[in-house]
Amino acid sequence: MGAVASSADLRRRDPAWLGRLFWAGAACVLLAPLFVATEFRPWELLEERSLQATGRFAGAMLPPDLAGGFLLRVARESWRTVAMATAGVSLAFLAAAPLTFVSTRVLSISALAGRMAILPFALRLLARWLLILLRSVPELVWALVFVRVVGLGPTAGVLAIALTYTGMLGKVYGEILESGESHAAQSLLRNGSSRLQAFFYALLPQNAAELISYTVFRWECAIRSSVVLGYVGAGGLGQMIDDSTKSLEGGQITTLLLVFVALVALSDRVSAWLRRVLG
Amino acid sequence: MRIELERVCARHPAARPGAPPALRDIDLDLAHGGHLAVIGPSGAGKTTLLQVAACALAPASGTLRLGGVEPWRLSRRALQRLRGGLFLAPQVPPLPPRQRAVTAVLAGRLPAMGLFTSLRSLVYPLDIPAAHDALDRFDLADKLFERVDRVSGGERQRIGLARALLAPASLWLVDEPLSALDPTRAREALSVLVETARERGVTLLVSLHDVEAALANFPRIVGLREGRVAFDVPAAEVTKERLERLYAGAERELHGPAPVAMEPPAAPAPAIVQCR
Repeated sequence: MGAVASSADLRRRDPAWLGRLFWAGAACVLLAPLFVATEFRPWELLEERSLQATGRFAGAMLPPDLAGGFLLRVARESWRTVAMATAGVSLAFLAAAPLTFVSTRVLSISALAGRMAILPFALRLLARWLLILLRSVPELVWALVFVRVVGLGPTAGVLAIALTYTGMLGKVYGEILESGESHAAQSLLRNGSSRLQAFFYALLPQNAAELISYTVFRWECAIRSSVVLGYVGAGGLGQMIDDSTKSLEGGQITTLLLVFVALVALSDRVSAWLRRVLG
Repeated sequence: MRIELERVCARHPAARPGAPPALRDIDLDLAHGGHLAVIGPSGAGKTTLLQVAACALAPASGTLRLGGVEPWRLSRRALQRLRGGLFLAPQVPPLPPRQRAVTAVLAGRLPAMGLFTSLRSLVYPLDIPAAHDALDRFDLADKLFERVDRVSGGERQRIGLARALLAPASLWLVDEPLSALDPTRAREALSVLVETARERGVTLLVSLHDVEAALANFPRIVGLREGRVAFDVPAAEVTKERLERLYAGAERELHGPAPVAMEPPAAPAPAIVQCR
């Protein structure tokens, strides 16, 4: 009787429960040292002193500074930021497109039937390594290097964005092309087309919407990373934020942040519009 | 282009290591300009046979000769040039979304075009009359500038077949050209393929689910079962007993319509997005 009841109990119990409990506990044990190492003490935010500092800072940020002269400068620097992001992403696109083309496995003719040949395989590997190298150095570091080389100003920012984003665009373009449907491209290759022909007649129309949407998203990222680059003297809105922070002009910071929100929203609209047109 | 297969075995690259090869000891000789239909139950190796004949899949053993040449002994460049002289139409039409029918059909001519010409044709279609004529043969002239993802599955399949008419090929390998077509359309499409191939002296190798269509349109029939040639005879000698043996265990395929679903290509997976 008792044996019957216990086997019924067993059947009602979730067999995965013990395993989940164990892994949750293990995760806590593994994560705890990380919190210690990063001095993660959120309650300090609620101490009297911190609250006062927060209040002072937030109070200083209102109202936004809308003085005519300042707005004019904001407009000029916004234009410069947009130009910097656009030029950087355009350069990155020009460099990433051929690297993607070289590194994409879908366009391999030798891989159509069996294994890829040695030389193309090595070339693909080299292109991939170059992309890894380019994106593993943060744009901030590139910017610091280029500020030394070409001096303070947007040129350093453009070059920094171009180099890092070449790596990112190349990697993600490659992943988009390889994860998408490759039936059309392979059919063209099997019928004797060249790699570039198969790319333009099959792979590109197949993946155009994703590629464009990602490129516009990268442009948005470039606008945001230009803030960071501004701090090291690459110019644009970032440099203005840096200046305003140093001179404790809270209202100006608010205005600048609002401009950023507007720019990001704008890129969102552009991306949605492009996808609708191409969809 | 003459096709010769001698004791060809082939296995799919994705097959399990222990699985039996998809094709076993296939002997086949199709003269230049000859027409042949391959029939057999699902999984008999019809598609693999076409892929081997199209140099899309290297035989595991045995010899393949196309026009007297062994393609797998050629350099990669020469092999790709040879591929330009044949046309393999897969069962699912290889049409990327957003492309227009005119571009999709003209893509058949890519092997004969240089890179610059093919790019210019993307900007403005170079030979609209030829694309129109090819589509017109399949009763699709009104879809010339329609996007291929906005037409029906049957129309997509016929657009895929129209591409063959523009290919600079002397060998057509067509895999299940009728799987998405209703009986009337299927009859029309098959007779367009056969007649055009005859006019141009193109060698035609077609795999078909529809046994009646195969017997009505092709002088020679190859029955494939479990990767082996069960019979290779003139159409008049394909008897009821032969068919029953060929389709033993799969009688539904012999009598019913082709059990093939034409699914639109799946939407690409969402892109990986990473940013700081």
